[in-house]
Amino acid sequence: MTRLWILSFAIAAAACSAGEPRDQSAPRIRTAGQPSTATPTLDSVRARGFVRCGVSTGIAGFSTQDTQGQWQGIDVDVCRAIAAAVLGDAGKVRYTPLTAAQRFTALQSGEIDVLSRNTTVTFQRDVQLGIEFPAINWYDGTGFIVRKASKVQSVKDLNGATICMQPGTTTETDVADYFRKQHLTFMPVVIERLEEVTNAYFAGRCDAFSQDRSTLASVRARAPNPTDHMVLSDVISKAPFGPGVMSNDPRWIEIVRWSVYALIDAEELGLSSKTIDRAFESDDPDVRRFVGKTDGFGAMLGLDPQWAFRIVKQVGSYAESLERNIAPLGIDRGINRLWKDGGVLYVPALR
Amino acid sequence: MIPYAHGTAPPMRTTPRRVSWTDPRVRAIAWQLAVVAALIAVIATVALQTAINLRARGIASGFDFLTRPAGFEIARGLLPFSSRDSYTRALLVGLLNTVRVSLLGIAIATSLGLLIGVARLSGIWIVSTVARVYVEVTRNTPLLLQLLFWYTVTQALPAPSDALNPLPGVYLCFRGLFLPAPIWHDGFPWIDLEQPTLVGFGFQGGTSVSPEFAALLVGLSTYTAAFIGETVRAGILAVGRGQAEAAAALGLSRLHALRFVVLPQALRVIVPPTTSQYLNLFKNSSLAVAIGFPDLMSITNTTLNQTGQAIEAIALAMIVYLGISLSLSAGMNLYNRATLRRGGTA
Repeated sequence: MTRLWILSFAIAAAACSAGEPRDQSAPRIRTAGQPSTATPTLDSVRARGFVRCGVSTGIAGFSTQDTQGQWQGIDVDVCRAIAAAVLGDAGKVRYTPLTAAQRFTALQSGEIDVLSRNTTVTFQRDVQLGIEFPAINWYDGTGFIVRKASKVQSVKDLNGATICMQPGTTTETDVADYFRKQHLTFMPVVIERLEEVTNAYFAGRCDAFSQDRSTLASVRARAPNPTDHMVLSDVISKAPFGPGVMSNDPRWIEIVRWSVYALIDAEELGLSSKTIDRAFESDDPDVRRFVGKTDGFGAMLGLDPQWAFRIVKQVGSYAESLERNIAPLGIDRGINRLWKDGGVLYVPALR
Repeated sequence: MIPYAHGTAPPMRTTPRRVSWTDPRVRAIAWQLAVVAALIAVIATVALQTAINLRARGIASGFDFLTRPAGFEIARGLLPFSSRDSYTRALLVGLLNTVRVSLLGIAIATSLGLLIGVARLSGIWIVSTVARVYVEVTRNTPLLLQLLFWYTVTQALPAPSDALNPLPGVYLCFRGLFLPAPIWHDGFPWIDLEQPTLVGFGFQGGTSVSPEFAALLVGLSTYTAAFIGETVRAGILAVGRGQAEAAAALGLSRLHALRFVVLPQALRVIVPPTTSQYLNLFKNSSLAVAIGFPDLMSITNTTLNQTGQAIEAIALAMIVYLGISLSLSAGMNLYNRATLRRGGTA
């Protein structure tokens, strides 16, 4: 809580101090052949030597620390991809763990350069907060976990139930809307931290815990006895996740967007961290463009030609990222497959 | 007692003074005015610059969000609430929850604190020792930990299906305490008791106390009672021994001596520090967010996250907390003045 207060003041402070000098820095980075867009974020990231990335306080598969304290997950891979593209080293990231309630304030106050923390993109967040969501890196939906002993088979069986949830999540409003639409009632218990809210659910305070389904899979895995719980098959809302950046830096938005696209395009082109070195000899024009042999797309982003090559070399393709982080949790890729494989991943090509 | 009480005016200065920089009083006023002006200028600059930059960054600002539908549900409180109601109403529900838990907490903490303070001075070893251990344990552990402890205690109660049923219609389980509630209707006997009944997931009907509310109330009042207990002890010790001895010599029982002689005088020492304990209890109630009780801070938190308007939401919460704290403080000061007057000039 204290952190939130501090952050709020930090917004005011940052808003006061950071406005003008940034505009004045615009002419300095203007060089021949590059568009004249100011890139204050890129400049400060380069000067600092690392990307400041806001992640979760621990959601398996997305952003969590291993036993050595190394961050991993598909959201962490987005941070790493950006660092690889911009700084040449995927390891040059400083992670800031944030609760759902702190995340936007941290971004607005300039405490982080990019927020990569299974954040659902919504109209209000996109339009009201001064935040831009350049790309989607996971398609999720709001679901429920229940105790098998409760004999609940679908959301409709949850009429009158007590449901645990976290404040400041889209879950809170999704569940309220869905229950109202279905003429059902429920009693919310709202606790901020994931550990505490899941403990309340495990202790029996709630009949169900509602969150994004990918989170529920990892909650179930952490249960004292996972087989006692099940995630309902109902999905009551769309929840596209994507990294967020401040909307006042168009060039940084493009860098983040194309870092995510590069991960997915790499899978589509059949590239992986193991095969990418051979890609320089490829005759495929798409691949040659990707690794920077032709067309000079890197310079258009204000980066060097091998930015996308390094993303794949150091982080891997999207498929590798999922294989590493999501598959071990037993979460199916579901609709998060390439469009060619019947999924919804359809990103613009590097062309 | 009061100087110049009988219409005799104080001696007036007859020679009018010129306003001069050499006059220390003039200088003092000038400096104070300058400081106030500088302070106002700084605050205005910060506010203006923040507004300008928020707009430059495309962050919406202003209080328009207050009239929009909140969209989230809140556990049953004093005011009926649904997700279609406005953020204003949501914040009001939170405020009422905060006020309710604080007032009840203050009442319990005061009674318990008085008891503890008196027990600390008891001649009976076991009584004073129990009181001392209570004070030391409660004062020297973090309140947040105690709240989580009490919350865990409520969660160790049986499930609704095996709820404790100490009295007819009263059920206690980890979902809370369920009590019969009176309902009014037209025909004789106009009032009826609605019994809670176990339906589906839990008890319906009647009235209930949620485990979050219970844990917060118990945590806040037992914690604050320890501090108030020490204040009461100090207050009693501050009254000269002679007073108690004189009361005893007049044949007053110990209880009467405490009630009519010692405590009224001790109050003058007790009331001011107790005021700050009340304020602490009120402000500590914002720790409710940790155990999921929908108090003002918790609703502010949710509002802030749903709307993203951090500065407005936090400013609003600060104004409300400040307003209530100042009123509480003013009320206690009035009471303190009344106590002083009753006690005469010390």
